[in-house]
Amino acid sequence: MKLAKLKIFTISTVLLLVAGLQAEGTKDTTDVVSTADAGALMMATTTSTDNTGLLDYLGPKFTKDTGVTLKWVAIGTGKALKMGENCDVDILFVHAPASERKFVDSGFGADRRQVMYNDFVIVGPKSDPAKVSGMNQNEALKIIKEKKNPFFSRGDDSGTNKKEISLWKKAVGAVPEKSDWYVQTGQGMLVTINMAAEKNGYTMTDRATWIKYMSQKGDNNSMQITVEGGNGLFNQYSVITISKERCPKVKTNLAKKLTDWLVTEKTQKDIGDFRLLGQQLYVPNAGK
Amino acid sequence: MSLFIDGFSQAIELLASGDPSVYSAITATLTVSSWSLAVSLILGMPLGFVLGYYNFLGKQVIRTVVDTLLALPTVVIGLIAYTLFSQSGALGEFDLLFSLKAIAFGQIVLGLPIIVALTAAQVESVDKRLYPTLIGLGATQKQVLLTTLSEVKFGLMTAAVAAYGRIVTEIGISMMVGGNIKYHTRTITTAIALETGKGEFTTGIALGMVLFIIALMVNISLSALKRGWMR
Repeated sequence: MKLAKLKIFTISTVLLLVAGLQAEGTKDTTDVVSTADAGALMMATTTSTDNTGLLDYLGPKFTKDTGVTLKWVAIGTGKALKMGENCDVDILFVHAPASERKFVDSGFGADRRQVMYNDFVIVGPKSDPAKVSGMNQNEALKIIKEKKNPFFSRGDDSGTNKKEISLWKKAVGAVPEKSDWYVQTGQGMLVTINMAAEKNGYTMTDRATWIKYMSQKGDNNSMQITVEGGNGLFNQYSVITISKERCPKVKTNLAKKLTDWLVTEKTQKDIGDFRLLGQQLYVPNAGK
Repeated sequence: MSLFIDGFSQAIELLASGDPSVYSAITATLTVSSWSLAVSLILGMPLGFVLGYYNFLGKQVIRTVVDTLLALPTVVIGLIAYTLFSQSGALGEFDLLFSLKAIAFGQIVLGLPIIVALTAAQVESVDKRLYPTLIGLGATQKQVLLTTLSEVKFGLMTAAVAAYGRIVTEIGISMMVGGNIKYHTRTITTAIALETGKGEFTTGIALGMVLFIIALMVNISLSALKRGWMR
């Protein structure tokens, strides 16, 4: 009877399922790494805090100190703010002060606090094809535009992208969006630096991601810092709790735990101690 | 090429070292894809049978719609699922966003049309004399359904393999409604995207190999099953 064989098929489907269920069972053991009893806090954050490994470094410390599990989605600041507006996360860890203020003023967020900063740098090929090394960002961007040297933009409304757009507006009046040499990658910072390196182009990045890039490339690194230290290259990171009034389900108490924990002296010191290649990635500046 | 070889040796190392983040991504992938495939099959086979066996008004329209759904990009399914599961969405109150359940929902939307379309095509291709014979022998509707599905089981298996292939490799849904949360909703594909985004290409390739090994094991067991049937 053919039906008997159909049963085999059904059984095999069930077996697949059971394999999956068992897998779920074993998941509990791996969960031990991050699960605690005091609940889970959902955070939306910028890619740089995740890509550099800062959150993997701070997350377990936070769980150990407070018992709260920290879960995060690493997306651009633009998308993180959007998820906050939609009430899908409890807290934001982002770096676009102008947009953040607007977010708080519009009633979406509350309790915004500074945590740390670093700075933005413009990086480019060591051969410096546009000859802009050592200039300030205004002159450098002007010359890059004149020489039509490839420039790689994130183009994804991230905090870094917002900053870069403001620099172009200041330097040349408008973002050279439609020019052939202005490339919008729509991807993360490290991918964008990699693309710039492949195509002999310049790009703007936060210093933490740049150090991470250098640590990955080692001796094969063909890029260098072209512009740094100028006024207006400051990069502030802050946490914002999502407004309870707009989003009743937000875990304000857990969010407050994280906020308070981030600005403690101990955590601030840990942030300052977070290093790659012996270089400090973020400078703590809570309460300043 | 060295990237590829490094990736391969790192894949072995990753698996051997028992790295918890890798195993958590593997279990998340296996759990969610097994559920998605199972539900797609349970819903899809009867629906496909109805679509292939019966003649009714609008049948061609439905077939065209189902065939078109095969071309739905996963990122669009992910986006639609996000708008449903978001706190500001229609199903927000169920708190499904950033969970494996939300991923499974999206993957069922992805897998179901494949099962329905391919089952319907298989049922249509069955020898037309089968149905009058079965009914002449006094078979009930349920028996007709089961006998027909049994008749086309190899075709159904192909459908299942095709659906599993799409489900286990998709990334748009997992990223959008799963959120790629470490130890929770990070699947192998979102982990690959993350590692690639971080410029850790070797790790990305290693994880790709892991996914490939899983697919290989699924297919080896299915073809063993097929050999069992042939005997």
